[in-house]
Amino acid sequence: MAEFKRPTNEQEFENNFSPIKVLMNKSEAILESSKCLFCYDAPCTKACPTHIDIPLFIRQINSGNMTGSAMTIYASNYMGNLCGKVCPVEVLCEGSCVYVNQGVKAVEIGRLQNYATHKVLSEKIHIFSEGEKVNKKVAIIGGGPAGLSCASELRKAGIEVDIYEGRKMAAGLALHGIAPYKIANEDVLEELNYLQEQFHFNIIYNSFIKTKADVAKLEKEYDAVFLGIGNSSTSALNIPGEDKKEVYGAVEIIEELRMKKSNLVYGNKVIVFGGGNTAMDAASESARMGAETVLLAYRRSKENMGAYEFEYDLAKSAGVKAYFNVAPVEILGDEKVTGVKFIKTEIKDGKLKTIAGSEFNEKCDMVIKATGQSRHFELFDNISKLEIDDFGRIVVDENFRTTNPKYYAGGDAVNGGKEVVNSVAEGKVAATSIIKQLTKI
Amino acid sequence: MSTKSSKNKLASNLAGIKSPNPFWLASAPPTNSGYQIMKAFDAGWGGAVWKTMGIPVVNTSSRYGAVSYKGNRMSGFNNIELISDRTLADNLREIEEVKKYFPDNAVVGSLMVQSKEEWHQIIKDVENAGVDGIELNFGCPHGMCERGMGSAVGQDPEVLALITSWVMEVAKVPVIVKLSPNVSHIQDPAIAAKKGGANAVSLINTIQSIIGVDIDNFVPYPTVDGKSTNGGYCGPAVKPIALNMVKNVAKIPGYNLPISGIGGIENWRDAVEFILMGATNVQVCTAVMHYGFGIIREMVTGLEQYMSDKVFNSIDEMVGKALPNVQKWENLNLKYKIVAEIEESKCIGCQLCYIACEDGAHQAIKLSENGESRIPKIIEENCVGCNLCSLVCPVESCISMVRKDNGKEELTWTERTERGDIPTTFNDKMAGGLGHFVPEPKKAIEYRLSSKK
Repeated sequence: MAEFKRPTNEQEFENNFSPIKVLMNKSEAILESSKCLFCYDAPCTKACPTHIDIPLFIRQINSGNMTGSAMTIYASNYMGNLCGKVCPVEVLCEGSCVYVNQGVKAVEIGRLQNYATHKVLSEKIHIFSEGEKVNKKVAIIGGGPAGLSCASELRKAGIEVDIYEGRKMAAGLALHGIAPYKIANEDVLEELNYLQEQFHFNIIYNSFIKTKADVAKLEKEYDAVFLGIGNSSTSALNIPGEDKKEVYGAVEIIEELRMKKSNLVYGNKVIVFGGGNTAMDAASESARMGAETVLLAYRRSKENMGAYEFEYDLAKSAGVKAYFNVAPVEILGDEKVTGVKFIKTEIKDGKLKTIAGSEFNEKCDMVIKATGQSRHFELFDNISKLEIDDFGRIVVDENFRTTNPKYYAGGDAVNGGKEVVNSVAEGKVAATSIIKQLTKI
Repeated sequence: MSTKSSKNKLASNLAGIKSPNPFWLASAPPTNSGYQIMKAFDAGWGGAVWKTMGIPVVNTSSRYGAVSYKGNRMSGFNNIELISDRTLADNLREIEEVKKYFPDNAVVGSLMVQSKEEWHQIIKDVENAGVDGIELNFGCPHGMCERGMGSAVGQDPEVLALITSWVMEVAKVPVIVKLSPNVSHIQDPAIAAKKGGANAVSLINTIQSIIGVDIDNFVPYPTVDGKSTNGGYCGPAVKPIALNMVKNVAKIPGYNLPISGIGGIENWRDAVEFILMGATNVQVCTAVMHYGFGIIREMVTGLEQYMSDKVFNSIDEMVGKALPNVQKWENLNLKYKIVAEIEESKCIGCQLCYIACEDGAHQAIKLSENGESRIPKIIEENCVGCNLCSLVCPVESCISMVRKDNGKEELTWTERTERGDIPTTFNDKMAGGLGHFVPEPKKAIEYRLSSKK
């Protein structure tokens, strides 16, 4: 009945989740790169949070300097391959391409970027070198994009780096949380290995830093600490029935999906709460897992939805339906969920209010909450003088240094939860600040 | 991220004029002012040849035209602009200032005057201002030549040698003679420059041309109040002509004068091509007028990567490396046989190779029988290995040329001539095309003839 059938083996899973962005072939790359105008003070570079010199790397592809092109990309963004695939280019570089002002299709910057990074990754062409050893050590908590970017920049300056990663694999949400049709696990790990082979940073897996004792040890043994810890698990909605079976947080279920693939037991009638990009991802993924019906339920109107238009379009194209101005009040069922009771909402006196007596039920066998993640308050409490803002984000200055001078931070824990590219940018800026501080330049 | 070596592998030295890399700006609007040249040096250019100084001119409004080939803007560029319209005093003052801030970048003064006294005076002036070298403009193909300067000199080797010798009487810095391509034999002015005592030559200047005609108003471009004139052509379109002329000069027996290569250079690959054909450094104009000084960042990184890949430690190691492989036609190996091969998995079925070969070459490609596939097939016995198909094919690496001779035999036209194995009569049985299958003429209109039956 639904567009996608439930995948029952690896191959079927790969088919349902085949990459949306396909690698360019050489002819395509030459044609597409020829379109780039080589703008002066290019808007695409400005729109990119890592400010990659896009006209340059595209011109280098066009003139056959593939290594140079990759070097240009990686000089600004240590996870150039990942970003090329998962960045919302429609609202970043490609969205600002001057061609758009003419009503002409933007240059396919993201795919061109991958064309270049793929070359050096697949052929193992090394372009970095670790700096001459400096007698300083930095601990990085969290081996996600922010931490990896910070680590790479520190290693380039010759500073020793230990990354404390809580999971058994690194790359954080890049490996565990991104929609599978955007990038495959192997590709994320390939880039991680590429960085590690050249920078030799040390990753200690299965080590969560939580307690006062953990923290004290780090403060004693390291000259600085970078917090790349991201956000915590999905926040509770605090509605009755939330603890029933088959009620999941979006971040948690996406991780299971990436790891278990076709072996994951999945619902047939899925309801997703939320209106952000994570909700869109969860909905699109549910459709691709062959759910017969997928319903997005957002408590505000479509205009207020935070998700990118193109992510919503993608979900809709897979058959996802959306209800707006509905809020869940109870999750129904016995041990397992059988439905959700909603209440309609409206704006009254500038505030979102529920409409009395407008409750209705919607049947389902799986609920995914994509309404936000909580923060690592447990760790925050154990770091002295660490200021946290009203939204639970670590407060930093323009150097990404926290209010405890030994600690720097970047990524989702600081910006609240943006894109991978923001984390990569912030990790690198934090590293340059750390380098300045530790080497007193 | 680049190699840690402290030696600058891109360091350039043209006849004693040093610059941190071999990329210079050519004498043109981008080098009109010290402001522009400082910007360029700041961006990474190695040197600049000042816009030609002399008696200041008055320029027209419109000045430029361009060929836009199928949407690719400025694939060829035309100008009817003359030399500098600024006073010498302004130029000299700015040369001094540029040299003050950029002592290691090459500033070359391009000059065009008439009498010996004028040459001597202006040379002293620019040398006092601090130029690292002088370039003699014997190439301007419009406006100045009508007054007996520019290409009027470039086209007359005796005059060129004479004027060069005047310059060499007083010049203390190295002197480059810029050659005009509007000659039938570039070797003549090149040799004349050497005879006159020049230290180096630069080529090519612009090619005499009419870039296009406004067919609605019956006047060529650029149009100045309804009228036009011929101009100087440059840009990517002229690169092949420039490469050939650089080669011709580099291959003059015993020449030994360093060459500065000019002509449609836009990226690192173009620059390498010129260097391999004998240029010691390169000069760029049109690409800068199109994109600004920022193109240098692609050129420098590209050249660095090429040198790293090919393990060249200096530009000198590259200069003229392709020259030994450039021969006279009569010394090419006629035993060398290649035929085309289509990689079917890559073919997209445009059938351009088919129609190019069918109409434009040797009818050695056929379409599939009963049109069941759109992938053409090579008729190997008819293929002469001209490789036209490989040029029209829009898919990278879809058509390749495969060697068919055993690679052990070599026989040139010269050798065949010595042996008497060449066609000498009109119906000679040694004609190269004899026995090659050519369809009967009326097969072209068979469909018409059969319906008339």
